[in-house]
Amino acid sequence: MRRILVTLGALVLAASAAAEPAQRIVSIGGAITEIVYQLGQQDRLVARDTTSIYPEAALELPDVGYVRALSPEGVLSMAPDLVLAEADAGPPATLDVLREARTPLALIPDSPTAAGIVEKIDAVGAALGAEAEADALAASVAAQLARAAARAGAVPEAGRKRVLFVLSGQGGRILAAGRNNEAATVIEMAGAINALDGFEGYKPVSDEAIVQAAPDAILMMTRGGEAMIDDATLFALPAIAATPAGENRAVIRMGGQYLLGFGPRTAQAVQDLADALYGKEADDTGAL
Amino acid sequence: MTLARCDDIATADPPDRAAAARRLSLWLGLALLATMTASLATGAAGASLWAALGDLAQGRPLSRMDETILWSIRLPRTLMGALVGAALATSGAVMQGLFRNPLADPGLVGVSAGAGLGAISAIVLGGALPAGAMALAGAHLVPLAAFAGSWATTLLLYRVSTRGGRTSVATMLLAGIALAALAMALSGLMIHAADDQQLRDLTFWQLGSLAGATWGKLLASAPIILLALMGAPFLARGLNALALGEAAAGHLGVPVQRVKNLAVLSVAAATGAAVAVSGGIGFVGIVVPHLLRLASGPDHRMLLPNAALLGASLLLGADMISRTIIAPAELPIGIVTAILGAPVFLWILLRRRMVVDL
Repeated sequence: MRRILVTLGALVLAASAAAEPAQRIVSIGGAITEIVYQLGQQDRLVARDTTSIYPEAALELPDVGYVRALSPEGVLSMAPDLVLAEADAGPPATLDVLREARTPLALIPDSPTAAGIVEKIDAVGAALGAEAEADALAASVAAQLARAAARAGAVPEAGRKRVLFVLSGQGGRILAAGRNNEAATVIEMAGAINALDGFEGYKPVSDEAIVQAAPDAILMMTRGGEAMIDDATLFALPAIAATPAGENRAVIRMGGQYLLGFGPRTAQAVQDLADALYGKEADDTGAL
Repeated sequence: MTLARCDDIATADPPDRAAAARRLSLWLGLALLATMTASLATGAAGASLWAALGDLAQGRPLSRMDETILWSIRLPRTLMGALVGAALATSGAVMQGLFRNPLADPGLVGVSAGAGLGAISAIVLGGALPAGAMALAGAHLVPLAAFAGSWATTLLLYRVSTRGGRTSVATMLLAGIALAALAMALSGLMIHAADDQQLRDLTFWQLGSLAGATWGKLLASAPIILLALMGAPFLARGLNALALGEAAAGHLGVPVQRVKNLAVLSVAAATGAAVAVSGGIGFVGIVVPHLLRLASGPDHRMLLPNAALLGASLLLGADMISRTIIAPAELPIGIVTAILGAPVFLWILLRRRMVVDL
């Protein structure tokens, strides 16, 4: 008799657990964590990954490791009832173990485009059962992105600036963005031209290629608010010095996650980049 | 204190030394059992081995969480750690015997570099494979490619250094260094072609980790490693004779060429399988045999099995550090073995010099 009662109790518990929304969520991916906070669902988070560094409050959560190098036991030790992860989270063996442990796993599509951001917000909202909040956020982000796109479209073809994204320049060796990467997309979204397009992703480039690319401005990331290479060092590099950007000492620095994260703040980052390139908009419609 | 002990061992009679080495084997075996138990009982999650064993003993089913953590995560990882540690340490000991060079290591003759090239190529070029081939190889693509790389390097090395049925160990050592350089250059080419995401995968692969241990990977690598480990003791007499020089070994009636063939084969198999499942884990192959030679002398009959036992224990210990020190995240085990191994190796070198100078 007692056994039947216990079994019944367990069944009721299991049923209610399935119906109730997840309350112990591990968020894997910087943009996803940002969206969870924007949706006001942060109280349900119990852990994050190493790339989740914004907002600052997220840093208080335990870190289960890098998005591509998660340890299964580390994630399970947080006793999550939902793992929200970027589609490219891994390694696959870890995801397999999580599935085996029947830990609900929501893989959020991650394409670094304007449409991809809205899609991401919708997917996170659906996984959290916060569709109403997600619809509102998605609508507002889509409107901001549309404003940014309209502004970019209004830049005359001849007036478009050429921007060189420099990922790092240790020892004078410049690692820059070619085509098909987050930086190139953001530059185009801001109505500018990515100065290098002869290769994919981020690669070391020769000094001559940089001179030939003739960028009007250099775009770089800051890390923890610090510039990785200061202006004096940057413009002392012979290749950079010989470009229009070098002559005008035109360098734009933005936070890495803010600029390249493709999350809810990307529209604002694109506007900031456009402001830096073309000056603030005359009317106030572009501002947040 | 330690100095005096080293001195004693250096001057002890051979029978005493053999008995001491056998006692050492017993202790190492017990230590391995203890480390394996500890490895099953430790981890980021709170699952308790003892509570689970108690439940099992009383016929109660385990909770799904305990079952996953103990059965699907910790057990394959513990067995894999023991096997990889044993494989790396034994390969190191065999290689040092073969080359009569205490610094020899699978890393030195290009076997590890070849395995690395295979894995890196798979990570970078894997996406370009036709969908059918990807589906067939799946998650095993990287381990398979690493294994293929170590075998290809070993075969090439062998072709280069064998003339008229005789293998020159000196040529092999030099050719190995050249092949390692070539494999690393080709790996560099792959790294240059890699995109951002692949680069991060490469970095983590190069640092080594047991985090990917699954039953599937264990079953794929265990037969190869076990075969190589069980074959190793048969090499012991041959390697002992080789220590006198190849000519002298030949005069003693040792089939020198066959010993060399088997030694190379077993090292390629064990290293290839170990690198394939766990990436680049350094220093086990060099520190473990040196520690054991200090403790119980250079006789390969005891050195090879003891190296397997100690290598397994040490790697499991390092893995426990790697998965608990920054829990719930994990530190790649290659970092742990290098941080612990490099100072120990330096210490051994200093000790040895003192003993020699005395």
